[in-house]
Amino acid sequence: MSPRQYLLVLRGILAREGLRFLHQRERFFGALVRPLVWLFIFAAGFRAVLGISIIPPYETYILYEEYIAPGLAAMILLFGGMQSSLSMVYDREMGSMRLLMVSPFPRWWLLLCKLLAGALVAVLQVYLFLAIAWFWGVQPPPIGYLLVLPALLLTALMLGALGLFLSSVIRQLENFAGVMNFVIFPLFFASSALYPLWRIRDSSIPLYEICRFNPFTWGVELIRFSLYAQMNWYALAGVAAALALFLAAALWGYDPGRGMMRFKQGGG
Amino acid sequence: MAPAATVGPGSTDDVALEVSDVAFAYPGREVLAGVSFGVPAGGFCVLLGVNGAGKTTLFSLITRLFLCRTGSIRILGQDLSGQGARALAALGVVFQQPTLDLDLTLRQNLRYHCALHGLDPAAMRPRIESALAGVDLSERAGERARQLSGGQRRRLELARALLHRPRVLLADEPTVGMDVHSRQAIIGQVRARCREDGVAVLWATHLVDEVEPTDQVVLLHRGRVLHRGTAARLLTDTGSATVHQAFNRLTGAQEAA
Repeated sequence: MSPRQYLLVLRGILAREGLRFLHQRERFFGALVRPLVWLFIFAAGFRAVLGISIIPPYETYILYEEYIAPGLAAMILLFGGMQSSLSMVYDREMGSMRLLMVSPFPRWWLLLCKLLAGALVAVLQVYLFLAIAWFWGVQPPPIGYLLVLPALLLTALMLGALGLFLSSVIRQLENFAGVMNFVIFPLFFASSALYPLWRIRDSSIPLYEICRFNPFTWGVELIRFSLYAQMNWYALAGVAAALALFLAAALWGYDPGRGMMRFKQGGG
Repeated sequence: MAPAATVGPGSTDDVALEVSDVAFAYPGREVLAGVSFGVPAGGFCVLLGVNGAGKTTLFSLITRLFLCRTGSIRILGQDLSGQGARALAALGVVFQQPTLDLDLTLRQNLRYHCALHGLDPAAMRPRIESALAGVDLSERAGERARQLSGGQRRRLELARALLHRPRVLLADEPTVGMDVHSRQAIIGQVRARCREDGVAVLWATHLVDEVEPTDQVVLLHRGRVLHRGTAARLLTDTGSATVHQAFNRLTGAQEAA
């Protein structure tokens, strides 16, 4: 297998996911409704309640909308990653996952391509969200829109890898919603997406520690700092480490030695 | 390890698919035990067995969806556990479950398959068009797969499985739920590839009327091979007039035991 052939596989999987995205535009735009509701309604309502003091990377007092925008961008990536894993459970139940897995290329490469395709779609959604948020007064420096790209991609890959791992251990589509409730909500609410960590520390030290070591917090902070043209090395290291861990878990989950994702037994 | 007995006219030198002493168990349940057989290049081998006989599990092992820990599987002499990539590249598969992407067009489904095998879809365009024509679906190439009937989807899956010109074709109950004409069309196309291109075919089914007298038959029951050899020999060995009768005799005897 030559490097060119590896790239052909990548191109093929990206093209397939792109075509699926074109065929499911409702899903793409539907995913934007959730963060926009948070931005337009929740943030407006809580603006007066939750004052934000000057904390890095912000250099002045900011409105609550501006504070939660990076968290909502990460929320899109989180739901995107989970949506992607949902589609893998669906593909597995419907059988199309088998086609991917019997390709002669290494399984790690196939999963990586799939992961990248899902991440790119989610990043596109974030940029659309940031464009709308700009008209709502969330206006980071223009260079931030460029600098945030690697942060978005890295965070999307991390959350996608987590979703990939979950999809390997979830046996049936019906179990998916339940598992997601144990993943999405704790990840999102026990993070710095909606409130700065110092506010949580004032309320509960144990909760503060949980939030501090939540990979989603690292993703949110990486996006927040990059969007304002600054680097948070701690968050970057955290996201990179979590990506490596989740990816390793996903590869383990899809190892044929485990019976390829615990297929439903039966058949002829 | 016992050598695989080759069913078919070829010598062991031209065995395209070789299954030797394969065993597999789900937790607490043995599914396959001591399964051995071979399919020569250009041979059509029917893997005959009722539902639950272990056919799909065996296919999962041959396609490396499950890891074969006991026994060995070789495709064109390449061991699946050691040289999996080369072995899989020589394999075409029609799964029991439909595996088309229903949101993609027929042509896009075939292009996707090419990409998964590292073939440039642009360079493969003539082959894709020819494959569509071969299963009489050229005129519908731009339609979504969702719009096809069950039989047409199966034909497209067959065309797709042969697109990268595999030397071994696995078909796991590909005619289940199809009408007689569609079944005949599919089987006819596969037999033609076998004869004309020398593709080795392992055809899993529980439908005994799909067996022809010259076919090689591996009768699998409760994870064990009860017979391997030609259909004609199956009739002789069991003193039966039809394959159906022979099948019932062998599996019935097994039930009684």
